[in-house]
This record gives sequence, C-alpha cells and structure tokens, in this order.
Amino acid sequence: MSMTGVLRPGHVQLRVLDIEEAVVHYRDYMGLIETHRDDQGRIYLKGWDEQDWFSVVLREADDAGMDHMAFKVLDEETLWRLQSDLKKFGCDVERIPEGELDHCGERVRFVAPTGHVFELYANKDHHGNGIPTTNPAPWPEGLKGMQAVRFDHCLVYGEDLDASVKLFTEVLGFQLTEQIVDGDLQLAAFLTCSMKAHDVAFIRQEGPGKLHHASFLLKTWEEVLRAADIISMKDIPIDIGPTRHGLTRGQTIYFFDPSGNRNEVFAEDSHVYPDTPVLTWTADNIGQAIFYHSRELNERFMGVTTGA
Amino acid sequence: MVLTEQYEVTIVDSDERYICDSTQNLLKGMVQLGRKGIPVGCRGGGCGVCKVQVLSGTYTSKRMSREHVSVEDEAEGRVLACRTWPTSSIELQVVGQLQRAVTR
Repeated sequence: MSMTGVLRPGHVQLRVLDIEEAVVHYRDYMGLIETHRDDQGRIYLKGWDEQDWFSVVLREADDAGMDHMAFKVLDEETLWRLQSDLKKFGCDVERIPEGELDHCGERVRFVAPTGHVFELYANKDHHGNGIPTTNPAPWPEGLKGMQAVRFDHCLVYGEDLDASVKLFTEVLGFQLTEQIVDGDLQLAAFLTCSMKAHDVAFIRQEGPGKLHHASFLLKTWEEVLRAADIISMKDIPIDIGPTRHGLTRGQTIYFFDPSGNRNEVFAEDSHVYPDTPVLTWTADNIGQAIFYHSRELNERFMGVTTGA
Repeated sequence: MVLTEQYEVTIVDSDERYICDSTQNLLKGMVQLGRKGIPVGCRGGGCGVCKVQVLSGTYTSKRMSREHVSVEDEAEGRVLACRTWPTSSIELQVVGQLQRAVTR
C-alpha cells in the first residue's frame, strides 16, 4: 500500500492504578524507553526502534484500561481531510490542541461505533532510535528486558463491529486482512493501514467497548521465549503462550501489566499487499484460528478485558 | 527477616479451604496451591473477575479498578481477591465471573 493516508499506530494511552509500578513493567521488563514525564504526571515511552517521541502514555487513574489509541497520518492536509470525512460519516469529532500531550501536535479525536476513543495526528517530535542515520548499527546498546521494538497494534472488543469496520475501511482507508465469521456474521476483523497483518483489530462482544490487549513487536521466536523467561523471573501475571496464532501467524505470548491491562509481545507476522486476498477463519474452527497449537479457546483469554 | 503469618481462607461456595501467607494476595495463595474456586483473570485489579464478598475476617487491599469495585463495594467487603491480603483467617463468597467469549 502506498502510504498516503493513515500511516501507522502512533501511540496508546493506558490507564494504570499505580504509575510507578506500571513504569517498571513497561520500561524495565518490556524494555520500552522512558522519554518524558509531563506536568500531569503522565509517563511517555517508546519502543527502541521507533523514531517519534513516544508510543505509549501511562496515566494513573482509579480504573485500568485504554484512554485512546492514536494513528499518525501523512501530513496536516490529510488530517483535515480525514476530520471532514469522519464528520460526514457521522462521528462526533473533537480537536485536541497541540501540547495536550507534550511533543505531539494537534489531534483529531473521535469515538468509533464500538465505543473506543481513537485519534489522528500529523505531527510528533522526532526522538530517534539511538542509532545514527549514517552508517547505522543494527541495534542500540543498553536495551532492557524484552527489548520491545515498537508499539504494534491494539485489539479491542465492542458491540457494533460492522460499523467500526465500515468506518476504518471506508473512511480511514484500512484494509481487511483476516476475519472470523459465523455464516454471514463477522465475529472478528483484523485491519491494517499498512502492510501488516493488523494495525487494529475488533472482536464482536456485547456491552461497552473494552481493551483486549496492546501489542508490541519483537524480532524473533527466540525473543518470544526470552520474554517468557522474563515473565517468570519478574513474576509477571502470564495469560497464555508462548504459542502461535492461526490468525496473522503471530508467534506470541500474552501477559498483564500490574493494573491488569493485557499486553502481547509477538514476532513474525504475515504481510499483505492491497491485492492480497482476505483470509477467513470459520467459527467452527475458532480454536485453531486463535491458538494454532492447542486449538482450544481459553476462557480467560477470551473473557478478560479492561475498560476503554 | 520479615515475619509472615499464615491464615486459612474458606471459599464458602465450594467449601474449598487453603492456607494463604500474609505476603500473598488471596488469589495468588489459591493459585499457588493448585486450588480453584475464584476465577483468575488479570491479577492486577483491572478486570474484575476475581471479585469476592468477604464474609468474615480482616485484610488489607490495594487500589482496584472503580469500574468493578465501587466505594460502597469496598466499604462492604466486596473486593478483588488479587488486590487483597489477609490479616486474619477469611471466609469469602465468589461474586465475579468470567464473561462469555464471543457473542452472536
């Protein structure tokens, strides 16, 4: 896909119950790099290979969950065009001024039909990835923990799956890569704005919108196993894995941050071009779609979420 | 050396009993002994599935998502087992449950 509209997931702002416990998890255990603390007490972090100033914002609150997920768009012209398109689609759109998040330009906020707050922005300060742009080394020294490369995607639960999928594909230009269907009913939709297997994914579930997980990229299966070691060493609540998803072919492990937000680290996605066929998993084979090895649904993995 | 106490926890729904160390939360104490009865979710106070009603006994607790535990809940002993540490023997009833997975 030529990258002309929405470029990529830019950041996720997560609510945590104890911000100092949370930053130890994300910085020291997952290996994100702390880049800023603002005067509201929010902590900003990034994966080591991300160029922009931050991709995760932690905010202490009295409940856990996702405040919003934001996507970076190509430029300001694109931002205002998409704002107008979102309004035409029927979304309530709010403009969040530059500097509400330090190092981030003006944002366009909207609520998707599944109840999740998403944002678009065109500008964020450049931080760099710790490697020079001339004769670059393959990786920077001094990384910690799981050494997460980047914030990759979120998977969210919500009721009006059809309308959120319509919004992301028809207004924001996302492409459906994979889905789970039960007859004519779509149960899960994996969507990309790039060539990835997913930049955001939706699962149909009754009730208010929820966060299932925020996911971070690793480079290899070996690093997923090493993440599993760190999960045990640091007594991090594990959810499931290491295993493989049928959907997206991801090699994966899931665990929870100290406030109960689910995290994934994974490696080796599939990739798509605009002409790649949609991959479909059927509801009678949902176990294999989700956990390719065990082929069994896991009650906790399917049922446990935090708020949105 | 930190002194730890051991307390008996009774899940009245199933009459399951286990010994929980005072340094372990009620959920971890149960899981470590391979016992069952309280649903195990995020273990961080965020998802609400391990909500219990404490019927008797004393405890300390850490911050829990307001989405799942109201001020009134907290005052009346409805807490998340993963954020609750016993300071005496405890009797409790299970309130939380795992949600249904994918709905149609």
